Amino acid sequence: MIEIRFHGRGGQGAVIGSEVLAHAFFIEDKYVQAFPAFGVERRGAPVTAFCRIDDRQINLRNQIYEPDHIVVLDPTLLETAGVTQGLKKNGTIVVNGKQSPGYYTELFGSDYQLYVLDATSIAVEHRLGSSANPIINTAILGAFSKATGLVRIESVEQAIDEYLPVKKENNKKAARAAYERVVKG
Amino acid sequence: MAKRKRIGMEVALAAAEAVGMCNVDVAAVYPITPQSHIAEHLSELVADGKTDTEYVTVESEHTSMSVCIGASATGARAYTATCSQGLMLMHELLPIASAMRCPIVMSVANRPVNAPLNILSDHSDIMPQRDSGWIVIFSENGQEVVDLTLMAYRIAEDKDIMLPVIIGIDGFILTHMVEPMEFPDQKEIDKFLPPYKPYATLHPDKPLTMGAFAMPDFFPQMMKAKDMALLNSKKTIVKVWDEWERKFGRRYRPVETYRTEGAETILVTMGSMSETAELGVDELRDKGVSVGLVKIRLWRPFPSDELKVAVKDARVLAVMDRAVSPGTGGGPVFTDIKAVFYGEDSRPIIVNYVMGLGGVDVTVGDFVKMGEKAAKAKKEEYEFYGVMG
Repeated sequence: MIEIRFHGRGGQGAVIGSEVLAHAFFIEDKYVQAFPAFGVERRGAPVTAFCRIDDRQINLRNQIYEPDHIVVLDPTLLETAGVTQGLKKNGTIVVNGKQSPGYYTELFGSDYQLYVLDATSIAVEHRLGSSANPIINTAILGAFSKATGLVRIESVEQAIDEYLPVKKENNKKAARAAYERVVKG
Repeated sequence: MAKRKRIGMEVALAAAEAVGMCNVDVAAVYPITPQSHIAEHLSELVADGKTDTEYVTVESEHTSMSVCIGASATGARAYTATCSQGLMLMHELLPIASAMRCPIVMSVANRPVNAPLNILSDHSDIMPQRDSGWIVIFSENGQEVVDLTLMAYRIAEDKDIMLPVIIGIDGFILTHMVEPMEFPDQKEIDKFLPPYKPYATLHPDKPLTMGAFAMPDFFPQMMKAKDMALLNSKKTIVKVWDEWERKFGRRYRPVETYRTEGAETILVTMGSMSETAELGVDELRDKGVSVGLVKIRLWRPFPSDELKVAVKDARVLAVMDRAVSPGTGGGPVFTDIKAVFYGEDSRPIIVNYVMGLGGVDVTVGDFVKMGEKAAKAKKEEYEFYGVMG
């Protein structure tokens, strides 16, 4: 079983991002779960969402405490402790940020596989959300596909097509752009 | 049995999809977290013409249940969904629906009740409805929500039953979970669930009265009839579940067991915690602790006989309650289970863990801890698991 934890802020699309990712794995015939860390949703408040993937039916229904991979949608969350809490050694961190990969390597240490992309700029380029509140979930999924190699980018694109109600093309382009631009730290 | 395509979907939406397949005449649903996605998606299905249902946008849950009772009394198939404070507001109407023998179906996205305000998950909202005369069935995962919803009207409208049904869907843990499920074809459901044929209907051309004033000469008979109907409903419920198993391959039982063979200690759960508890049992068995699991699916009518059989060789029962029955010295499931064994010559030691209140995440590790503790129990115990003070 693979467990993934998303960290974002209300309005960035972390919860929908986890659902689209689960859908992409589902397209590849995996058993999946996607669910939010249940709280009261507010724009700007820290949000956690979860995704589980397995080859067989998943019976585990508690939250994820020791993820294999984490996805960080908002770089300001790095300043508050806890995003890497429980992350397994050698796990992947996909982080949205404008700093150089070296900056993040220093921040997280060398225990993890670090991947960085400026998902905010990609989202703004593709007019996803507003420039003040860009919705970056689909971009970061493209980066996740490249970083982990666990799910094909075509499956992510198909999941966007099937799952999102609007702006399917722009979201797919953002995912593909992120897939191409993400860099290893 | 044909292999069906699985669909990845949020469980609340799947519940609404299942309702949409039941040819419901009238739906009156007032949105409340975490039930809202059911209310929203069902209204989408109605607006898109995918189900021919009159969707009444009511101003409160009290009215949504009133609309359902009125609609059902005219012979319509009626649906609603709610939870928590909404269910509490409906409370005074629930015994009316059952006494008038209105086969309404209601999804309850189980959530705590105030105060303090909490929107997450436990069973505090369903417990005050225990004595309302409704059939109450709990689900553990998305597939069960789909299946149990699709079977609910067959049960409710059976001429030997004629009672309303609640499907318990733990809030957030199930309602907000996206996972794969499979749906039967509409044609199969149309065959499985024929149109509702009421005994009697309210109609201006043929005036009659339902649920009106009754004096002592008649009132107790009504109460007895309701109780007998509920007690007798179990065998028909099982018959419907059997038919479902033959048609669709998934088996449902009033009490279900997991690795209970030879188990000295048996954990008892209800609702979404059950699958996680199975993993706890696996871990305990690996450690050499003789533990099994019994899951209560049918909460009302209470499956006393099935429970006795399921736990007959156990030394200890550890009942996990996701609600408190204040002032009774235990949770509601615990109290009911103790009553089951009162008349027995040999009784297990029964311990009670009240846990998962207000959305507390109950992990595999928690079940391991509770199981290990219960395995050593010497006498009846009652505790708030993991709560200080």
